[in-house]
Amino acid sequence: MSLNGLNSLYREVILDHSEHPHHKQSLSEATNKITLKNPTCGDVINLEIKLDGDKITDIGFTGEGCTISQSSASMMTDAVLNKTTTESLEMAHIFSDMIMGKKHSQSDLDKLGDAAILSSIMQFPARIKCATLCWWALRKSLGDEDDD
Amino acid sequence: MDKQLQQIRKDFPILNQKVNDEPLVYLDNAATSQKPNQVIDEIVRYYQNDNANTRRGVHTLGERATEEFEAARQKVQQFINAKESREIIFTKGATDSLNLVASTYGEDNIEAGDEIVISVMEHHSNLIPWQQLANRKKAVLKYIGLTADGQLDMADARKQITDKTKIVSIVHASNVLGVTNDIKQLAKIAHAHNAIMVADGAQAVPHMSVDVQDLDVDFYAFSGHKMLAPMGIGVLYGKADLLKAMSPYQYGGEMIDFVEKYQSTWTDIPWKFEAGTQNVSGAVGLSKAIDYLSGIGMENVENYEKELVSYVLPKLLEIDGLTVYGPQDADHHSGVISFNLKGLHPHDVATALDMDGVAIRAGHHCAQPLMKYLDLVATARASFYIYNNKQDADELIQAICDTKEFFKV
Repeated sequence: MSLNGLNSLYREVILDHSEHPHHKQSLSEATNKITLKNPTCGDVINLEIKLDGDKITDIGFTGEGCTISQSSASMMTDAVLNKTTTESLEMAHIFSDMIMGKKHSQSDLDKLGDAAILSSIMQFPARIKCATLCWWALRKSLGDEDDD
Repeated sequence: MDKQLQQIRKDFPILNQKVNDEPLVYLDNAATSQKPNQVIDEIVRYYQNDNANTRRGVHTLGERATEEFEAARQKVQQFINAKESREIIFTKGATDSLNLVASTYGEDNIEAGDEIVISVMEHHSNLIPWQQLANRKKAVLKYIGLTADGQLDMADARKQITDKTKIVSIVHASNVLGVTNDIKQLAKIAHAHNAIMVADGAQAVPHMSVDVQDLDVDFYAFSGHKMLAPMGIGVLYGKADLLKAMSPYQYGGEMIDFVEKYQSTWTDIPWKFEAGTQNVSGAVGLSKAIDYLSGIGMENVENYEKELVSYVLPKLLEIDGLTVYGPQDADHHSGVISFNLKGLHPHDVATALDMDGVAIRAGHHCAQPLMKYLDLVATARASFYIYNNKQDADELIQAICDTKEFFKV
């Protein structure tokens, strides 16, 4: 078994987030809601956000998915909670670029928190959609629909 | 026999490679099969010697290409025992074949209130064409359900097919559940109600002997690429009388009789349904693939795959937390085996197996209504073919056990 290969994708942090996802719940007072599907595998994410002015004061997600999609959503909710929409969308773009292999400064990557560890997904092109689904949901729910 | 099949791996150069530093174990045959040297060489031979457009010129290469294309048609006719070669239409694949029937026969014959009967185990290619036709015509789309062990519920079939039914279209062998449906019996039921019987044979023709006259189907669709032939060539069989009465599928070169400024007439079947330049190298490759399979014998193919399933299925079922969908006994299960590991998403299973060099499919297998019916999001799927062996089965089992250990499920 190429355990090294698996270890490079499924780092401990990723497995932790998937086993004990953060903010995996539905919100009672969401201001923005969206459901996105990954048509290739049927995975679904329901993302709920509570905006107070321009600030994300609460966030939660539900749905089904693989280890990567669940941990990515968990890490994303950690990263964007208590951030402004502008900051959050900037992070979404950094994440998207990072996963596509574009270079970013360390300070940019630091903004993503745990989520930066998903850069390892680059080596697994078939799984990129699993990691990006939640970030797409975030962008859509905040009205940012532009392609990169 | 077994010995002969042990030998054939050398005909498939692609199998002889390492993936992620492990020897490749290719178990995604329900998605597409690999191609033997004989087929690859035949396509090269065609392009190096005989390539020209068919039925257009009078020059020698044009005649050769036409001859080979028509010889391939006869080869297919004999392979599935059609009555006449003009009942064989070349298409892009099973999807194209089924769309052809829906948009010609279906468009011409379905009216508001008519019923079209399919089953919940259909691949999207034998579902969406009928769903959209029914929506366009305000017809009723009905689904035959499954028995508890995932087989087609024939009692329900008798209920769903009524005198209002005009078309019954059912998959011959499932790409998810590993079951083979009794198309002959379904055709009898359909005909008793004056409905036509369509069968999707994409997962059947590569693996078993198919006789369209014995099945008494009106239309039968399959793809070349799942049976050792290249991608982009497929077949629609149709009874001559039905084909003759049908409107063309597409319009263009070589499907016409006479074209005037404001009117045209169509040429005879099968060419009426083959507009534009055809995939001659694909047909030539398919012909060679049929030779290859016939050389082994379809009964031997079927028996060998049965032997593999009898070997691997019990081993899979022994794995703690592993669920196999469809029948649990090897006698009723084809080489298409869908499964899930408790506590792990099938995408993670497929990635982990790939790290071990084992190629399987994960997802909804283009059968979303079936997934919903089974209350699943997705499954993993291992599917076997003639060049797989017991060692491949052992590698699969080992890789699943490694995966369980890694993810602690």
